Amino acid sequence: MTSGEPLIEIEGLRVVFRGERATHAVDSVDLEVARGATLALVGESGCGKSVTALAIMGLLPAKTAEVSGAVRFDGVDLLDLPTDEMRDLRGDRLAMVFQEPMTSLNPSYTVGEQIVESLVRHRGLSRAAARNRAIELLRRVHIPSPERRIDDYPHKLSGGMRQRVMLAIALACDPQLLIADEPTTALDVTIQAQILDLMRELKATSRAAIILITHDLGVVAEVCDEVAVMYAGEVVERASVEALFERPQHPYTVGLLGSVPRLDRRAAQLATIEGMVPDMAAPPAGCRFAPRCPFADARCHRERPPIVALAGDRWSRCFYAPIEKLIS
Amino acid sequence: MTAPLLEVENLVKHFVARRSLIGHPTATVKAVDGVTFSVEAGETLALVGESGCGKTTLGRLALRLVEPTSGTVRFEGRDLSALNERDLRAFRRNAQLVFQDPYASLNPRMTIGQILSEPLILHRIVAPGRRRERVAQLLHLVGLEPRFAASYPHQFSGGQRQRIAIARALAVEPKLIVCDEPVSALDVSIRSQVLNLLRDLQRRLGLAYLFISHDLAVVKHVADRIAVMNLGRIVENANAEDLFASPRHPYSRALLAAIPVPKAGVKRARTILQGDMPSALSPPAGCRFHTRCPHAIERCRLESPDLVADARGHATACHRLGELPPVGNTLIGDTGFSPSLERMIAAFTRKAGMRKAGGLDTVEAAEPTGRGSP
Repeated sequence: MTSGEPLIEIEGLRVVFRGERATHAVDSVDLEVARGATLALVGESGCGKSVTALAIMGLLPAKTAEVSGAVRFDGVDLLDLPTDEMRDLRGDRLAMVFQEPMTSLNPSYTVGEQIVESLVRHRGLSRAAARNRAIELLRRVHIPSPERRIDDYPHKLSGGMRQRVMLAIALACDPQLLIADEPTTALDVTIQAQILDLMRELKATSRAAIILITHDLGVVAEVCDEVAVMYAGEVVERASVEALFERPQHPYTVGLLGSVPRLDRRAAQLATIEGMVPDMAAPPAGCRFAPRCPFADARCHRERPPIVALAGDRWSRCFYAPIEKLIS
Repeated sequence: MTAPLLEVENLVKHFVARRSLIGHPTATVKAVDGVTFSVEAGETLALVGESGCGKTTLGRLALRLVEPTSGTVRFEGRDLSALNERDLRAFRRNAQLVFQDPYASLNPRMTIGQILSEPLILHRIVAPGRRRERVAQLLHLVGLEPRFAASYPHQFSGGQRQRIAIARALAVEPKLIVCDEPVSALDVSIRSQVLNLLRDLQRRLGLAYLFISHDLAVVKHVADRIAVMNLGRIVENANAEDLFASPRHPYSRALLAAIPVPKAGVKRARTILQGDMPSALSPPAGCRFHTRCPHAIERCRLESPDLVADARGHATACHRLGELPPVGNTLIGDTGFSPSLERMIAAFTRKAGMRKAGGLDTVEAAEPTGRGSP
């Protein structure tokens, strides 16, 4: 689908949180992202999309989270890397932007100090050179009068400006992989439009692979090339953005698209997905979506569906894929 | 002609943000600054705007939960500020509120039965012996099983909790419910369940809603009229169809154009607003939108435009109204789904409907999940 071999290849990623009842937050996630491609990881609360990102970044607490599988980044399995090597990669070749720009910036340092820190740590620049580079970065994310803004503390900035600063920090060392976890969810819609516009611009001007985590299918269509739909700890469907919105191949994706309030018409009733997400301490035995799937039959409740490869380099985790046969 | 159910006139609410040492106000937030609108019985008026535009304050003013700085609120023709305690209590029976966060709005120490009985007791609505029966009816009304009356809020998901909050509002048989971002904290598949429920209840019970939301797409599914707010003022107020077919105020247009739509490669005429929202502490002089407006001229910086309605009742507050190019459908673009996707959604809905036919909406047993808010 995109040129070149994958930059990152995730195979059989599993994350189990230990506790009174072990929670299988992520269960067999397989993904790959090529250089320069933008992959959306889309799903509802608790589907495991953020945990997948934290596992890639090595940010899950080792005490409570058991991570297994493989996360190959440029040929190296990140899960095998010692902590200090992982720390060298983070902020350098791997970068991440979080949802809440206020809690992810340190309130007691200026914006400039937070960008400079990364350039000095990873690139060995002098503080003066790093400061000049930081001003350039702030300009690149369209912060007006960056020479002045660089000495501001985060509380002086609006939510949209803070998210721009987060992106500047993430881009400081020209990362090869950028993970953005719901970067616009906390923002107002007109500000979200600005940040999405900026993301499109960064995508065009950088060679980084981007994983964008979102619950908003509209955001997916605006920014991404590829999509992985997650449900209850699994990727249930993988396709290009065009193909997914044209002809989704998993019943969950169909239900999700049907429940989005639309701008083009006012439906008498929105589609709903009945029931609720399964308890991940005791996930259903068969297909995870079977309890809520209107098409599910006895086999779906009993057996885990395999990954079904489909034409056009896409796949679906449904016994009935391609699902057109379900509707006739 | 009878009076509208709710009538708000020139409503103003200023909050003191800072005081000097001796207590003189030195900074005020003009949260609501001269707002007029009305809601008819059985209709839904949506108040739409971004954070800090004053929509929540306006909702609270309409219920007299906060006192206005000036202006009047009338409910069925009676001025709320003139009500004595007894009449105010009667008014509270007629007008209820559903909050955004169903995790914070239900008392965790009370069972669902107790939560739903409380308004029945306070307003002496049914005889004590029949309360249990009434609670069961209320739960049934919002698609929950009566046996849930013995459970506690933490045992429910966000969507179920919001249903409980709606049932509590319905307990007193109100004529008006102020819904303050009722679906914003919910996941998309759950959101559609609650939106469908609200519409269904309106049809069955003849309720009026004042529906407060930041999301025009959600509003499209519930509103009869839409009022768009910016920094304490209404900039456009129109019939929902008219607002979507031909939005007039540059801010309404920007809001509509900024909504991301789930379809690849849609061509839309859009101007992305530049800059940030001005602070409500020091809103710009003249038209409050002029700092972000692509069409602003000198007059907009000096004079505040009035909200003027045309013959159809489509009201706009913009000096340049006559000169702005019409936009028609170009802001939304061709966002319709592909025919094959439409067929799949139809099949999904039909099948799901067959499954629950004759039963309750939600039949899944509630399991304590210990999950945080979505």
